[in-house]
Amino acid sequence: MVNKKNIIELDDVVVKFVGDSGDGMQLTGTLFSDAAAVSGNDLATFPDFPAEIRAPHNTIAGVSGFQVHLGQKKIYTSGDFCDVLVAMNPASLKANLKVAKLGSTLVVDSSTFDQKAVEKAGYITNPLEDGSLSKYNVIHAPISLLTQECLKDHKIDKKSASRTKNMFVLGMVFFLFNKNLESTLSYIGKKFKGKPEIKEANMAALKAGFNYSETIEAVNTTFRVGPSNLEKGFYRNVTGNVATAWGLLAAAERSGRPLFLGSYPITPATEILMELALHKSLGAKVFQAEDEIAGICSAIGASFAGSFAVTTTSGPGLSLKSEAIGLAVIAELPLVIVNVQRAGPSTGMPTKSEQSDLMQALFGRNGECPAIVMAASSPADCFYAAYYASKLSLEHMTPVILLTDGYLGFGSELFRIPDVNQLPEIKPPLATPNDPNFKPYRRDPVTLARQWAFPGMEGLRHRIGGLEKTDIDGIVSTDPKNHQLMVNIRAEKVNKVADYIPLQGLVGEDSGDLLVVGWGGTHGSLISTVQNLQQEGKKVSLAHFSHIMPLPKNTAGIFGRFKKIVVCELNMGQFVNYLRMTLPEFRYRQYNKVEGLPFHVQELTDVFHKMLEE
Amino acid sequence: MLKDKRIQVSPVELTKEDFVSDQMVKWCPGCGAHAILAAVENVFPKIGYRKENFAFVSGIGCSSRFPYYVHTYGFHGIHGRANAIASGVKIANPDLSVWIATGDGDSMAIGGNHLIHIVRRNIDVNILLFNNQIYGLTKGQFSPTTPMGEVTKTSPQGTIEHPFITAGLIMGAQGTFFARAIDNNVKLMTEVMYEAAKHDGTSVVEILQNCIIFAEKAHTHIANRESREDTQLFLKHGEPMIFGKNKNKGIILKGTGLGVVTIGEGGITEKDILVHDQYSKDPAIHRMLGRMMHPVFPVAMGVIRSAPFVTYDDLMEDQITTAQNTSKIKCVNDLLRSGDVWEIK
Repeated sequence: MVNKKNIIELDDVVVKFVGDSGDGMQLTGTLFSDAAAVSGNDLATFPDFPAEIRAPHNTIAGVSGFQVHLGQKKIYTSGDFCDVLVAMNPASLKANLKVAKLGSTLVVDSSTFDQKAVEKAGYITNPLEDGSLSKYNVIHAPISLLTQECLKDHKIDKKSASRTKNMFVLGMVFFLFNKNLESTLSYIGKKFKGKPEIKEANMAALKAGFNYSETIEAVNTTFRVGPSNLEKGFYRNVTGNVATAWGLLAAAERSGRPLFLGSYPITPATEILMELALHKSLGAKVFQAEDEIAGICSAIGASFAGSFAVTTTSGPGLSLKSEAIGLAVIAELPLVIVNVQRAGPSTGMPTKSEQSDLMQALFGRNGECPAIVMAASSPADCFYAAYYASKLSLEHMTPVILLTDGYLGFGSELFRIPDVNQLPEIKPPLATPNDPNFKPYRRDPVTLARQWAFPGMEGLRHRIGGLEKTDIDGIVSTDPKNHQLMVNIRAEKVNKVADYIPLQGLVGEDSGDLLVVGWGGTHGSLISTVQNLQQEGKKVSLAHFSHIMPLPKNTAGIFGRFKKIVVCELNMGQFVNYLRMTLPEFRYRQYNKVEGLPFHVQELTDVFHKMLEE
Repeated sequence: MLKDKRIQVSPVELTKEDFVSDQMVKWCPGCGAHAILAAVENVFPKIGYRKENFAFVSGIGCSSRFPYYVHTYGFHGIHGRANAIASGVKIANPDLSVWIATGDGDSMAIGGNHLIHIVRRNIDVNILLFNNQIYGLTKGQFSPTTPMGEVTKTSPQGTIEHPFITAGLIMGAQGTFFARAIDNNVKLMTEVMYEAAKHDGTSVVEILQNCIIFAEKAHTHIANRESREDTQLFLKHGEPMIFGKNKNKGIILKGTGLGVVTIGEGGITEKDILVHDQYSKDPAIHRMLGRMMHPVFPVAMGVIRSAPFVTYDDLMEDQITTAQNTSKIKCVNDLLRSGDVWEIK
């Protein structure tokens, strides 16, 4: 007999899948979000996994999670707290109960809650039996046992059968959210094409989980999140790191300069390197260097040779690249440096996100060494941020540091696929072969960019490098006045970029009581909070910056129209101090956090309420 | 004139003057680098590639001012990174003849990592490694090739470090080409540079260079013109390894190593002398030749190893061609629309 279920319609919902590393939670979460996306939901996801590949079994250290926020409204973040928590073992429940809302639904694999595992997780008594979960809607399901049971007639060994338990629980969750199994069945079909037994077992487990939810009384309510009112077009789900790689490829194609990536693997930036390595068919040359320095130096060599050169890294790698960034600045070569920030200092917390490399990006080099600094604000925005960073670098002949972060890089959201040919064109200032007037440091009078002449071009042989050179002729020089002039020109060239970037936009009214200022990966939490406050009638607006060096030209104008300004960052106040030195005429409040976690909408709401009342 | 599968040859005959720079050469008078520059200016027209297809890359040090003094495309990098920068130049544009001017400090101390990896990858560049056994530009500190015990500005009681033997380092890093020359022999330098250009892969040319200010006479014991027939072994592919003023000394295999013998003594004839095979893929003899040191052995000069192995840049181009021929993704729009994509109408 099938139970009749209540269906609750929701605007948005947060689901988190947690288990032991190796329980397949990343895949389960990804498949769930893909299915939700195909059914028309807007969404954002975030994986939460330990730095270790396989920490000890059933320990808190080994817990791996994947959070999905889906909605029929616009979704900006992967969500603060979850409405449904799927926990595959005691340790994952223990580690994640704090992110489950009171009254939320917990789907728990009760067959893993034996005494040993419960104790290993740090519980004194079994939480499924001691009443400590009474404020939650707990669905006890012996998932591991049921998976074995449903596969007993399949020709696979016990271990392989056990590995399909993530499909069983995914089936359960699909039922809970009234989603169909189609996209996941098709994924399984493709993934295990050559392994019919494994394919059948995964499909069977998925369906069995779905049917189990339908049958049991513990599931008496299901949820429906209707399709989002998305703009027409083609969509896909994309992580920030993949979107960054694609933005770079698009820039290479539109500029006509072949892409060269010189990089060294580092968490959380490695996925950009791996993604670009897949695309040799687009002419991308990907060089996995022996270290971070060789990564950037090979890129500088490639740029000298006429390629669109990129290096990707995270904080510690940016430190190692500092000297070479200076070389690209003085040689005035295009180069994009992507820094997927993580929690520092030193090795810090490699899989946790932070915005604490801003000062390093702005100033972390010897000498007077200006570079364009930009930041991406969401996973899909990484595509555009990478594209525009490339455009500025190629057209202004100077390095650009693009800051993303682990939260953006690993997180995903829906990406409305653009037509690359409709993006603004990219025209690097190429020199003309045999131009009798060519000089290495002769400049465009407006942008101050020098011309790009590279080996192979006829009649333009010249030498550049790290030693100071004379203006125009590019001869090695220690002349005092010339050095002053060249330092001024390099700074002015970067400042002039302000004429080529969009004016700073605002979410909300262009004047009011409180201006919330942010940059980079905090966009989702800040816009969600500000929109909530606006709905309450508060005079709050958001200025979220993508361009940091130089700042948009209307920045001071915006700041002057608000009674209070608060700068919110996942660091101890780097952007706010940059603003204090750049636009000292304003008084800035600040809100900072360095816990390796994104801002929560609730905490920001409290902070802003308090500031409005002060 | 050299023929390369990729690099364009010059449509006109080139001369030394085509490569002479208009810059004042600021090395110390008597520095060995002047002779190296002369050898490069001699050999580039002989190599005969289109002059715009030559690129010189350097790091930091006396050696690394080289790009300013030769009229090619040139890039003067930062300390130790010439090999990394040049890797990018060659991979980005394999149609270039890429040359690196570097020193024992630049490539074997601060840039040691890049040197072993460019060699291991076998990227088709030519490294001119000026080995003067000292830091010249910073005025006289010991380098990774300074002989142990040498008194320098930072080793007042003598160094307590074992020096690198360049040949050993290069062949340990899977080097496919190693040659050695000395700065007082322009003819030899020109010959080995030509051979380096001809070799597909990373060519390392170690040039024993005299620093007249800080390590004067570091190489004198082998460089001396009067005695060099006895202190140097001039290797020629296919010829027996005979040396000495009287052309009566030779190198033989002895036990697990090499030995010096005199032809005509103890029943030794020319037939017993090792014949040089620079193209042997097996580096065993090359390694032993590269490590021969004065006074027990003559120092091996000329091309010690020139083994044919596939290059990184060729493999990179092959992979790109294969991907372009087989992939359905021809442009970024194709890529963005591949995989799990759905339409909202």
